[in-house]
Amino acid sequence: MFTHHKTQFLEGARAVSLTIANIQPAVVSAYPITPQTHIVEDLAKFKAQGRATYEYLRAESEFAAASIVVGASAAGSRVYSATSSQGLILMLEVLYNASGLRLPVVMTVANRAVGGPINIWNDHSDAMAMRDAGWMMFFAENHQEAVDLHVIAYKLAEEFNIPAAVNIDGFILTHSFENVVIPDKTSIKKYLPTYKPALGTYLNPQKPVTLGAFFTPEHFWLEKKRIDEDLKHVLTIFPKNYQTWKKILPTPAPIKVSCDDGLTEYCGPKNPDTLLIAMGSVVGTIKEALKTDKNTGILKIRSYRPFPVNSLQKAVGNCKRVAVIEKAMSSGAYGPLYSDVSAALPGFKGVSSNHIVGLGGRDINIKTIKNIIKSAQRAQIKFW
Amino acid sequence: MLQIRIHGRGGQGVVTAAELLALAAFKEGYFAQAFPAFGVERSGAPIQSFVRIDSETIITREQIQEPDILIVQDASLLHSEEVLFGVKKNTQLIINSPDDSATINRLLHNKILTKNISSSPATEIALRLLGKNIVNTVILGAFIKKNKIIKLESLLSAVSEKFAEKGQALINKNKAAVTEAYTYVKK
Repeated sequence: MFTHHKTQFLEGARAVSLTIANIQPAVVSAYPITPQTHIVEDLAKFKAQGRATYEYLRAESEFAAASIVVGASAAGSRVYSATSSQGLILMLEVLYNASGLRLPVVMTVANRAVGGPINIWNDHSDAMAMRDAGWMMFFAENHQEAVDLHVIAYKLAEEFNIPAAVNIDGFILTHSFENVVIPDKTSIKKYLPTYKPALGTYLNPQKPVTLGAFFTPEHFWLEKKRIDEDLKHVLTIFPKNYQTWKKILPTPAPIKVSCDDGLTEYCGPKNPDTLLIAMGSVVGTIKEALKTDKNTGILKIRSYRPFPVNSLQKAVGNCKRVAVIEKAMSSGAYGPLYSDVSAALPGFKGVSSNHIVGLGGRDINIKTIKNIIKSAQRAQIKFW
Repeated sequence: MLQIRIHGRGGQGVVTAAELLALAAFKEGYFAQAFPAFGVERSGAPIQSFVRIDSETIITREQIQEPDILIVQDASLLHSEEVLFGVKKNTQLIINSPDDSATINRLLHNKILTKNISSSPATEIALRLLGKNIVNTVILGAFIKKNKIIKLESLLSAVSEKFAEKGQALINKNKAAVTEAYTYVKK
């Protein structure tokens, strides 16, 4: 099965940087910030060693880095950037423009808490700051998913002209070592052809166009509605795209999966009493905790934007309890994922609860997961 | 699943030790996982790293709560609560110390049985062979002598791969450090 793809033992950051190098963007621009650093250092190194052909621009700030990739993308290039935490916040104005201008920018977010108080460790606060920016947002559980989601992100971004962010947990994935298969250039090209946007859709003097024009109240809402519709359309084509890619790069699932439509993945009994819902690397720890639990299942949200409402409703079915476990908080309300899940389940008759875990790098252990399952009997929001 | 927790101070190569051990296990055909827990990023601050080795895929990402093996690269950390967290009498301790196992057992008030303690003067070996108190490769030499899961060749090959960009001289010195500790420690 793996004739030309061998399993390697790599750091998560290296797995991502090698994948990006093989995707062959034309322009890479970034500003180093922990824990994204190893990714962009690797990409700079590949360039310096002559192993990559992209233009590598170390920007003077994240705002500049985002602006550089937006500009290069508007000029018809495949682009890449990566950031974390405060760096993402500094990019934010540009990120809204990337989606508003319909530019297929792809970015890695090495998830980290947002200060203050200052903290360098992992949670999903940074990702949630760009939740409404009109980007696709995917979350990886492990190195292999991080690799796969980057390739898929480019495919969808370039097909629909929507930017995409691949979220990988800072330190937990970026700085950890595990088995991973890196797709080579040939297999990537089978799935993701060389980027050649049509003349008239990007900035080119041969056929001048305006990108980012002024929209009056009459048209602005229509454009926003169109972006929303296009993002939601991704929900219908993601599953097939995901399958196509996994046929090109088949890798064994770490443990038995009951159902995987790409957007979400479910592990557990057919009709669970309690359904846990989570995103990113914590799903691995949850799966380990559930090895001895016959009544609980875990639904992993791989695509957070667009939000997979149908897959979620199907997974919830008639279960008695839904417990959303997440690494972010919308202070004064609920966790962002919980709000989305609740909105997607208007008729849910069971008990739903929201569990805020792992803020600022707080370790999430199996004991905590088991305690969360016990406390899911009560409708509540709880910090662990 | 074998769970290993490594303690030391910033600058002693605690994170690299975990990577080397996991890489060596991968070379033996095992599934492996290595990850660090950075504290404040400065030299001398206590740092932990974690290694899991298994014949099946490893999915959990919790920090190691109850290590099967505890590696302590700096004996001055031995009494901290963090280092001894989740340790049992039958936990195996690999420690950088000139003291013998019985002495360390006494210092630990018998929290770990003497027969499970393996000490080696890693600082002395590192200073002599590497010129620096970076004891990670030395202590790993001691580790693999006690645990038959990883062969000496696999660890040496991991050292070559990990330090490839740092030059042959450094690779040779670290290989010598591994081998000396391997020879020093009794089975």
